Formats: sequence, structure tokens, C-alpha cells
Amino acid sequence: MRDFTSDRIKEIKPSGIRKFFDIANKIKDCISLGVGEPDFDTPWHITEEGIYSLEQGKTFYTSNQGLPELREEISKWNKRKYNLDYSPENIIVTCGGSEAIDIALRACINPGDEVIILEPNYVCYEPDIILAGGVAIKIKLKNENEFRLTPEELEEVITDKTKILLINYPNNPTGAIMTKEDLEKIAEVIKKHDLLVISDEIYSELTYSGNHYSIGALPDMRDRTITINGFSKAFSMTGWRLGYVMGPKAIMDQMKKIHQFVIMCSPTISQYAGIEALKNGDGDIEKMKKEYDKRRKYLLKEFDRLGLPCFEPRGAFYIFPDIRKYRMTSEEFATDLLEKEHVVVVPGTAFGDSGEGFVRISYAYSLDALKEAVRRIEKYIGSLNFKAGNYCTFDE
Amino acid sequence: MEKELLGLIEHNAKMTVEEIAEELVADPNEVVSLIAELETKKVICGYDTIINWDKVTEEKCNALIEVKVTPQRGTGFDRIAERISKFDEVDSVYLMSGTYDFMVIINGRSMKEVSSFVFEKISAIDFIQSTATHFVLKKYKDHGVSMADKPIAKRTNIVL
Repeated sequence: MRDFTSDRIKEIKPSGIRKFFDIANKIKDCISLGVGEPDFDTPWHITEEGIYSLEQGKTFYTSNQGLPELREEISKWNKRKYNLDYSPENIIVTCGGSEAIDIALRACINPGDEVIILEPNYVCYEPDIILAGGVAIKIKLKNENEFRLTPEELEEVITDKTKILLINYPNNPTGAIMTKEDLEKIAEVIKKHDLLVISDEIYSELTYSGNHYSIGALPDMRDRTITINGFSKAFSMTGWRLGYVMGPKAIMDQMKKIHQFVIMCSPTISQYAGIEALKNGDGDIEKMKKEYDKRRKYLLKEFDRLGLPCFEPRGAFYIFPDIRKYRMTSEEFATDLLEKEHVVVVPGTAFGDSGEGFVRISYAYSLDALKEAVRRIEKYIGSLNFKAGNYCTFDE
Repeated sequence: MEKELLGLIEHNAKMTVEEIAEELVADPNEVVSLIAELETKKVICGYDTIINWDKVTEEKCNALIEVKVTPQRGTGFDRIAERISKFDEVDSVYLMSGTYDFMVIINGRSMKEVSSFVFEKISAIDFIQSTATHFVLKKYKDHGVSMADKPIAKRTNIVL
């Protein structure tokens, strides 16, 4: 029989650390710091609005682009929060940020176009680029730059095939952010080479020093920026599958076709809940953010005490400690910690090769769970003796 | 700092001085003296524990009593309220707007005990016109805390 599967899909590599995930998901009494989603309940007034929409029989398709009232609120919210200027016509409501990333890439990429992504990164970028027929070009970000992109690093990889820069700040997995000044330098390079930016800002509300700055709000950047955001992280609504993408009209018109033919529309119930979130959810965000910040500070203090080096992450809910001094690969460290102390952390290599030497620790857990985890990690690293000759592949 | 401190301990009286100090980025000694000051001023009036008595075998009975009174010249409602408040069985006394004057919350051991307390003690106070007793059948939420056993949410160990 013929091989019926697609060559392009076969090009997508399965995750190399599947084995580690399998072990982690089998151990029952472990403390997991491996989850990349909020641990808070969706605020009740938002959930209640979803239920109310069901009671009213709003169980049918909405317009493809999303409810006009919701797009109106998204437009206002982004103007108010980040000074982003997108009218409701320039917004598509999507099934989470994930769909937004996919349709944004597909609407822009021609075969062979190069898309620059920053490693370590969230897992879907490269596969989505391959699906769209593009080529992913990776920049390995550096710990000493606190995993921010520098204009020099960007310049270095730009070729005449480069079309798009895809960035994600606040960042999963590192917790890094980029300030307005950092972004201004990048924007200069973008304009000079006539590139497009896709900015995945799903963690924007979880910024702990000052406010998040959006690259699309910089002068002359609005028309060359696609901004992606959503409800999952800000309002603790991951399961509602509600996100959105905003961009220049010419690109949105193309994107709309993909969304229409693949998804039709985002879940109606979620869209009604989303309106309530944007209208009356500021207090919820503040409350959750305060709690995350407390945990973030706690972990930083404790890791400092344990001598586990890590830069201060100012966004998202991740800490990305450097474990290179233990002379183990990330996966070895994570597997060993799991087997000996039953604590799950995610090896940095889950987010690309340049995550080697680091582990991602999520603080989307109660302070009590974090305290117990720190106790176990302390015990574990206390037991590590720095065995020379242990296999390790990273550059120091 | 006063407001922040009160906000912190309002729903968690068990917070240690060190924890409060860390949260407020303050010196523990400062926290101790502030708490002492607030206690003296009766801003902090006491420390309660929220107990789900339904889970304990001992019998408990709560009732809300609506009380109508005739206010007294000179002291208005205050003197009557103070008299009602003196009984150990009385948990709370609130002056209300609406069709009655006081809401009195009673803690007793049984319906019988509560009823006789209302007949014999409350109704017998001067200037009380009438009472209406409502027994609590089940508490679902008390002092901001849900009494239901929340199932422990099962989260997977890894989500990227």
C-alpha cells in the first residue's frame, strides 16, 4: 500500500522528551510545577454570563469574525490597556491564541518564506510555520540578555527571504519581557528590512514591573504588526478557547477566509463570557496578578538561597533557572528530580535545543505547594555532587 | 499599612507575624506593635474560627430573629440593643432598615433551647413589640467561606 501521509506533516518532529512526559504523568503523588495554565477558577461573574447565554438559547453560530459587541470591547480594551489602535473590523475572534497564530502565519507565508522565531519558545511556532509552507529560522536567545532579543541578533539572521519576525513577550518558557526601549530598537530593524511582526502577547496582563508594552503601539508599527492576545491567561479561561488576532486590514481579509473555512466561529458561549470579562474583569486580573507576583518573589528568594541561578523573570508565570552547574542535561536533571523527589519541572529542551541547561518552573500553584516543592528541590540539589564527566552538551 | 494589614488578616487570622511582615514588606516588630495598637483601639475586635458544625456530632442550632421594638426616648435603639447583646446565646445584633428593627442571630444547642430563649428572654424585654424566628436549616457559605467539599481538581502534570 502507498504511504498516504503528508510529507509536510512528516517534516514536523514529535517532541523529543515524550518519554519524560510519560513518566511524569504516571507518578501520582508528585508535586508538579509543570503546568502552563493558571490555577485559578474562571471568575464566577464571567462563567455565569456564559451560563446565562445558554439559558437564553444563544447556542448558534455567531458572525465568522466574532460577535460585534465582543470585537467592540476587544478594540476598546486594547486601546485602553496598550494604546493599540485596532477597530472592530480589524479583529478576528479565534479559538484561543493557538488558532490565531496558525491563521496569521498561513495568511502571510508563501512557500519558502523565512520566519524568524526566538528560542526557547512555546512549542507550536515551528510546526505552524512548517504547516504554512514557511521556513523557521531560529535565534538562540541568551541568558545573559535575560532572554530578550537584541537588534544585533536579529540583523544577523535576516536574508532576502525573511518576511516575518514572530515574538512572544511576556515569554513562555522564560518569563522574560521586553520593555518599550527594547522594542523600539527591534522596530527600527523591522522597518529597515520591511518585515512583518507577529506578536503573541497572550501573557500581556501578567507583567510584574510596570505595564506591558505592545510593539504594535510604536510609531509606524501598527500596519506591520499582527497582535495576538486572548482570555486564557488574563482571565484564567483556558478551556473556553477564546482568543483574538488584530492586524492591518489587507492581512485580516485573508485571515478571515481561513478562519471562516476551518473554524466557522469561536464558541458562542465563550464569546458572551468574554464580553463580561473585558467589561468587568479588571479587578480579577489585579487579584490574580498580585497572587502570582507573591509566588514569583517567593521562588526567586528561595532559589537565591539555594544557589540556583536565575535571572529575574518579570512576566508570565514561569521561572527559568540555570542548572548547568550540575553538569547534567535538562532532561537528566528533570528525570532525576522526578524519580528521587517526585517534583515535576519541564526540561528546557521541550522548548527547543537552546533550552538546554535550563528547566521551566511554573508558579501557577498555591504557595503551599510551592513551599513543599522548594523543600524537595533543596533536598535534591543538596544530594547532587558535582560529578565531573557527566554527559552535557551545552555551551558555557 | 493599616488597611493592607487588616485586608490580609480579615480572612486568615492564622497568618504569622513573619508572613504578614513579608507580605507588607515591613519589619516584624512594626507589625506586632501595629496589631497591638489595633486591638487596643478595638479596630480588631477578636479572632474567630469558621467551623462547619454540621460535620461534628455535637448538636448546634442557629436562628435569625427579627425583632420589632419601640425606640426609647433619649437612647433610641441603643439601650435595647445592648440589653439583647448581653445574653451569651446572642451571636450578633444588627439594626436593620425595612420592616423590622433588629436582626438577632442566636446560637443554641437545639430548636427547643432557642425557642425558649426567644420566648422567655428576648420577648420579655421591655419595649419589644414582636419577634419572628427563622431557624437555619443548612449553611452553604459562612463568613465568605463555602461549606461544600470542593472536589480536588485533577490537573495533568505537564502542560506546555
